[in-house]
Amino acid sequence: MGKTGRAMSTPPASAESPVEGRLIDPASTPPSGPGQASGSAGALPPLGAGGFARWAWRQLTSMRTALILLFALAVAAIPGSVLPQRGIDPILVREWIEGAPTWGPILDRLGFFDVYAAPWFAAIYLLLFISVIGCVLPRTGVHIKALRTPPPRAPRRLSRMAHFRTWTTSPETPGAQTSAAPASAASVLDDVEADLRRRRWRVARGVDDSAAGEQPSGWVSAEKGYARETGNLLFHAALIVLLIAVGYGAVFGWRGNVIVREGNGFSNTLTQYDAWGGGRLASPDGLPPFSFTLEEFRVEFERSDTERGSPRLFEAEVTARAEPGAPEVTEVIRVNEPIAFDGAKVFLVGHGYAPQIEVRDADGRLVFDDAVVVLPQDGNQTSIGVVKVPDALPQLGFQMLFLPTAAVDDVRGPFSSFPDADDPAIFASAWVGDLGLDDGVPQSVYRLVTDAMSQVGLEALRPGQTWDLPDGIGSVSFTGWQRWASFQIAHDPGKEPALIASGLALIGLMMSLYVKRRRVWVRAADGPNGVTIEVAGLARTDEADLAEDVEQVAGVAGAPEGKSGPGQDSGESLGEDSGMMDGQNRTGGRR
Amino acid sequence: MSAADLAGWSNAAVYAAMVVLTFSMIAFAATFSARGNRVSTDARKTPVTVGVGADSAPSVRVDPAASGQPTTAPPIDERGRRAGNVGLSLAWLGFGLLLLGAVLRGVWAGRVPWGNMYEYSLSSAVAILGVYLFMSLRRDLRWLGVFATGATLLTVGLAVTVLYTEAAQLVPALTSWWLVIHVSAAIISGGAFTIAAGLTGLYLWRERAERRGRVSGAVARLPQAVKLDTMAYRILAFAFPLWTFAVIAGAIWAENAWGRYWGWDPKETWAFITWVIYAGYLHARATAGWRGRRAAYIAILGWVSFLINYFGVNLFVNSLHSYAGV
Repeated sequence: MGKTGRAMSTPPASAESPVEGRLIDPASTPPSGPGQASGSAGALPPLGAGGFARWAWRQLTSMRTALILLFALAVAAIPGSVLPQRGIDPILVREWIEGAPTWGPILDRLGFFDVYAAPWFAAIYLLLFISVIGCVLPRTGVHIKALRTPPPRAPRRLSRMAHFRTWTTSPETPGAQTSAAPASAASVLDDVEADLRRRRWRVARGVDDSAAGEQPSGWVSAEKGYARETGNLLFHAALIVLLIAVGYGAVFGWRGNVIVREGNGFSNTLTQYDAWGGGRLASPDGLPPFSFTLEEFRVEFERSDTERGSPRLFEAEVTARAEPGAPEVTEVIRVNEPIAFDGAKVFLVGHGYAPQIEVRDADGRLVFDDAVVVLPQDGNQTSIGVVKVPDALPQLGFQMLFLPTAAVDDVRGPFSSFPDADDPAIFASAWVGDLGLDDGVPQSVYRLVTDAMSQVGLEALRPGQTWDLPDGIGSVSFTGWQRWASFQIAHDPGKEPALIASGLALIGLMMSLYVKRRRVWVRAADGPNGVTIEVAGLARTDEADLAEDVEQVAGVAGAPEGKSGPGQDSGESLGEDSGMMDGQNRTGGRR
Repeated sequence: MSAADLAGWSNAAVYAAMVVLTFSMIAFAATFSARGNRVSTDARKTPVTVGVGADSAPSVRVDPAASGQPTTAPPIDERGRRAGNVGLSLAWLGFGLLLLGAVLRGVWAGRVPWGNMYEYSLSSAVAILGVYLFMSLRRDLRWLGVFATGATLLTVGLAVTVLYTEAAQLVPALTSWWLVIHVSAAIISGGAFTIAAGLTGLYLWRERAERRGRVSGAVARLPQAVKLDTMAYRILAFAFPLWTFAVIAGAIWAENAWGRYWGWDPKETWAFITWVIYAGYLHARATAGWRGRRAAYIAILGWVSFLINYFGVNLFVNSLHSYAGV
């Protein structure tokens, strides 16, 4: 805790404001332990490994470094919003790299297509968090000490303060609010002290050293608003917890995607997923054993001219079991309404069509009969997909354009003009040859490898139509269609801690911004003409409503009607008014 | 009243608000330009010479122009004061009309009026003007009126010209209570960011004039730089936690709708960038050498980032948040 501790233990040599420099800093930041590092943080590193380490630590935990790291973090986050990201759209990333043969691979190697998992991004936020820890830990110690220490003695010259008033009671005009005439300074201070304590100020009481022949004056010193620093520390600590929670979720969490056609089922095992990704310590074997069947997928689209085609309703009705043998329940999954099983949540994330295709070979044998999932390419569900028929001889393959509401345009060719299946059609292109499935190279089910195939024709099909392929090699029928829904199933054990941490961060943030740390002092001295009373206040953070505090204390002390004003030689009326990190602790000697 | 009537009334209220706010802005501008008054001339001349004569190093905290002023209010002559009152009254009227337009729009659509970018912009305009008027309840902010009404008009103008969309139902992804919570927090903090950016811009202007010892003309109508700085800070101290809340609420909603609470969607990324920049602003205010001008530039940068998030991501980037409807 080199620099931070040192800065806090030393009153700034040339403070901006003599008031703050002399009275506030040493008081609110009591001297910490001995053996603090010396030397200016901005100076060159002293020789020796230990000295260098201390210097590096001081640099890292300085506010300036924290600021620079904050901005580095902001700048580093930008490319991820401009370039396509693997985590969001891997296909777009591949196309981007292919489209930029020079820069694509370079950017790829530098992690620009996975910015938020890139080492340099991690380096920035880890350094930032180390810097935060390096600030929060020592400050927590200091704050705890401050909470246990009574406020410091009242300064000699209260008249220097931003809010100050003084008066002398004369015997015939006793204080308004005290029951009896203020017989002595002590009784005034008693009243003030009791009042401040009742209003939960931290109070210290003492007597000034008096010059020879003078009556000693007593003082009350009170401070309030420690919650500001508590909130500040809470905010930063909560951010650290948040990062840990996010990391915990990333390491132990998992997420998968699956497309389920109407009438089909899904059971939660790794093999059933179309895509599954888990953290380093997530176990794919221990997935919660639920299962569900998509009974019906209901969808409605806007049909009026305004926002025509916009989705209005997505609803997946499923029958589900929490585990094998458990009772079956019917549930509806909507876009904002996932269902949960044992820590895993099932979200509805997409939908599309699956045309029912039948393929017969040259002998009229049924070699393929299935609902083929086609992937939507635009908002009107213009979809593409392929059929692979390895059982036909020779092997057959079809590339399909599925249009739920078919339209043809001279420029665009066939396209879908509405996302609902009002007038579905398939534009199929038939290929014959070797599908390449036996090469052992994994293939996408949405892509036809046509290297060893030749195209034999193109045809448009409506439901119920059959296309007899040329040369009698077979036929293909479009017999109907059904819908599919895609689900994301996710388990993130870090999300509850992350939510709690963000809530605490928000609370801490508001405390650190809205709680005002302030001091008031009252000094009273008996004199021959009555009691001379001085009341003063100083806000460490903001000047607001300090006048109120001073007036209230003055009222208790029996002040005549009037207002406090700036002291005769108050140097500074505006307080520190700082943000989350009250400057002097971090910047110390470099201000 | 039929639905079509409601639509017509909503649009009529918005257009009426634009007319009223135009006059309001003109009136506010008059408070600046109504010049040649002896009171204010004196007020600005004398202290400047004092400042120069004092031969002190340029200081942010000491304002040579206003040190002779007993009050913190900027010197505005009687005519300007009257013009400012007219501007403020018209601004309230315009605010009422805008609010009416937004509410009618919501009644027409049968939901909160936050379904597309026209509606977001309309609500943002209400927020900008609302933040300004709310602040002006407590202090004299007539000098800020030109900026506040100008920013509001620009926002509404963009809404009705570029972003206009007929009201429609919400897409399923938006039918959630989180829409109300998340979007209202984001819109209000956006309004506050905008007003704070205006104050910060005025601060930079005034601060430069003070630093050069040339506080005259329109800039003399502004409060002292240090006051402007404090005011901007107070608004951001309100807006930043609200923005934090908007981001957290958005994360909760995203977890519910998309299955993850944070996915670095461009909108999320820019919300994060905006948050980080404003966090930097708050820290900079507490750091030696960064207070004042540098912190002000950071605040402006935060606002720019907010605008990129609002316009850029909605209109130009393919994001999960692309609900512009344009």
